[in-house]
Amino acid sequence: MTTRELSFSRAINEAIDLCMAKDPAVYVMGLGVPDPKGVFGSTLGLQQKYGSTRVLDMPTSENGMTGVAIGSALVGMRPIMTHQRIDFALLAVEQIVNQAANWHYMFSGQMCVPLVIRMIIGRGWGQGPQHSQSLQAWFAHVPGLKVVMPSTPYDAKGLLIASIEDNNPVIFMEHRWLYSIVDEVPEGVYHVPLGKARIARNGNDVTIAATSYMTLEALRAGEMLAADGIGAEVIDIRTLRPLDDALILESVRKTGHLIVADTGWKTAGFGAEVVARIAEEALTDLKSPPRRVGLPDCPTPTTPALSNHYYPRAIHIANAARRVLGLSVDETALHMATSVPLDVPDLTFTGPF
Amino acid sequence: MEAETLKGLYYEMLRIRTVEERIAELYPEQEIRCPTHLCVGQEAVSVGVCASLSRDDYVLSNHRSHGHYLAKGGDLKAMMAELYGKVTGCSKGKGGSMHLVDLPVGFLGATPIVGSTIAIAVGTAFGSVMKGEQRVTVIFFGDGATEEGVFHESINFAALKKLPVVFVCENNLYSVYSPLSVRQPEGREVFWLAKGHGVESYQGDGNDVVEVYRLAEQAIGKARQGEGPTFLEFKTYRWREHCGPYYDNDLGYRTESEFQEWKERCPIERLQERLLKEGVLCNQDIEDMMRSMEVEMEEAVAFAKESPFPEERLLLEEICDS
Repeated sequence: MTTRELSFSRAINEAIDLCMAKDPAVYVMGLGVPDPKGVFGSTLGLQQKYGSTRVLDMPTSENGMTGVAIGSALVGMRPIMTHQRIDFALLAVEQIVNQAANWHYMFSGQMCVPLVIRMIIGRGWGQGPQHSQSLQAWFAHVPGLKVVMPSTPYDAKGLLIASIEDNNPVIFMEHRWLYSIVDEVPEGVYHVPLGKARIARNGNDVTIAATSYMTLEALRAGEMLAADGIGAEVIDIRTLRPLDDALILESVRKTGHLIVADTGWKTAGFGAEVVARIAEEALTDLKSPPRRVGLPDCPTPTTPALSNHYYPRAIHIANAARRVLGLSVDETALHMATSVPLDVPDLTFTGPF
Repeated sequence: MEAETLKGLYYEMLRIRTVEERIAELYPEQEIRCPTHLCVGQEAVSVGVCASLSRDDYVLSNHRSHGHYLAKGGDLKAMMAELYGKVTGCSKGKGGSMHLVDLPVGFLGATPIVGSTIAIAVGTAFGSVMKGEQRVTVIFFGDGATEEGVFHESINFAALKKLPVVFVCENNLYSVYSPLSVRQPEGREVFWLAKGHGVESYQGDGNDVVEVYRLAEQAIGKARQGEGPTFLEFKTYRWREHCGPYYDNDLGYRTESEFQEWKERCPIERLQERLLKEGVLCNQDIEDMMRSMEVEMEEAVAFAKESPFPEERLLLEEICDS
């Protein structure tokens, strides 16, 4: 299959387009889906191509419309719902958790809910407390849901196609700061299976398991550590539920050290689940206590003066790795000026959303 | 109305009454081990509405769903086995009374979070339209559900897309122990809420099965013609306690005299009086009906009691579709 460079947002757009072309049951709904900006480019052109019956804007009724999506899924449709922020989706937690997640089990397997709910994790440009929460730990806690967090355009497209074709409710979380990263993405339909993590970088000295945007930071940390002769093995978790703990266990058995870098708060965050599983299964293979890198226990502040101290970066992950390896940590690096302001993903981003 | 239709309505209501009263008798045996919300006194709404539905039409419901389930043609044995937590139950025991289902007859599911299935029902109607079908979806809920945000979100969307949904509100005046007066402003009728959303709405006597039938037939026909949703509010009364088999008027949240007033308007007695008077039925007919219903119920109970429980392995099965 030929590949070409494609951005994360275009890769998502392409996945939806291909699935809609393939299967008339697939339809898309969300606030702003047919907008001129097309949800940061991810839904651009879809309504023009497939019409407003299959690509629809919706009333500002997240909970009710999730129920509508569920009902349509029960009778054979395959809806893709989009929320421009996870924070908006919180209005729909009742339908997602009480109804969608339980429906297959509580009626003993007689019906499915083939629903994909895309949720975008906000960050930067002063998003603040209600436009930047990263709540994968909540959804990963619930039996009946699948939770997917791609970190590359290649995976975004393949995992989204697989999620749309999955007969279960899938929470598909996309990080806002991944939207303009570019990758070699094949044309046409391909699948990346749910439930499988990916080794993003091979190494023998320390395992760094990461979710979503933190995979990129973990890779940067890997390069920093390599400069000091430390080989980090970076694992992109990709699917949080069901978790591919086998791959992480295999890596930890090799390296003996584990860092988990997650985009959410550290306390009761997803990193805690990974550490717990490794501790349960491979305690004697660990040469140091596992460490989690996550957000501090406070809501997201808006001013960059504070948010600059809120989000852990590659240097924090690299320092965590040095600590578990018993090596000295370079504190001065934390305070070095950066060429790109810390509240944007790159210089192409000029705000506001 | 034709005699056959009236007889049919009477039969269905009497059958639901027979089932529910027998469950009330059995419940203290403590073999039905799940919250059970009986619909004694409210039978006319289920029966009057479902009489105009075909097998292919969809019904969704809430925690008080036995009447809706049976009126739609749900299997009695599967329902009783479900209450007894057996593997032969409609949800293999995983759902219990609050999560009934019977797919072959279009009873797509009942769940107990107040208002939730209203959105899902609007979704099944939406899906039907997308698939080019002429199916109607009926959603049953109570007065309390009209206070939930999801009710308003759902009816707004149904109005926007002119969906083939009939919203049926059984206003039995109480939400557990809370009267309507502490939940909604006085002088406002429940069906006005739907009118406010731009949906054609009617109010009727929920204890007059003929009135229910008439209003529902009209609404269902309108939906089937693609002319959009209708909201029907039926005032009725729950005889027994909110959850469980007993009477609980002694608790004092409602008066004995209010209860007696409603009991005198029993939907089954009222129709029975009319049918006897018009010679459509005689006392022997009624006795024969009751006998056959009692036998049917005994067979269903025996089936439930004799059925096996689900095996332990079912605990971790059917969580996700593979």
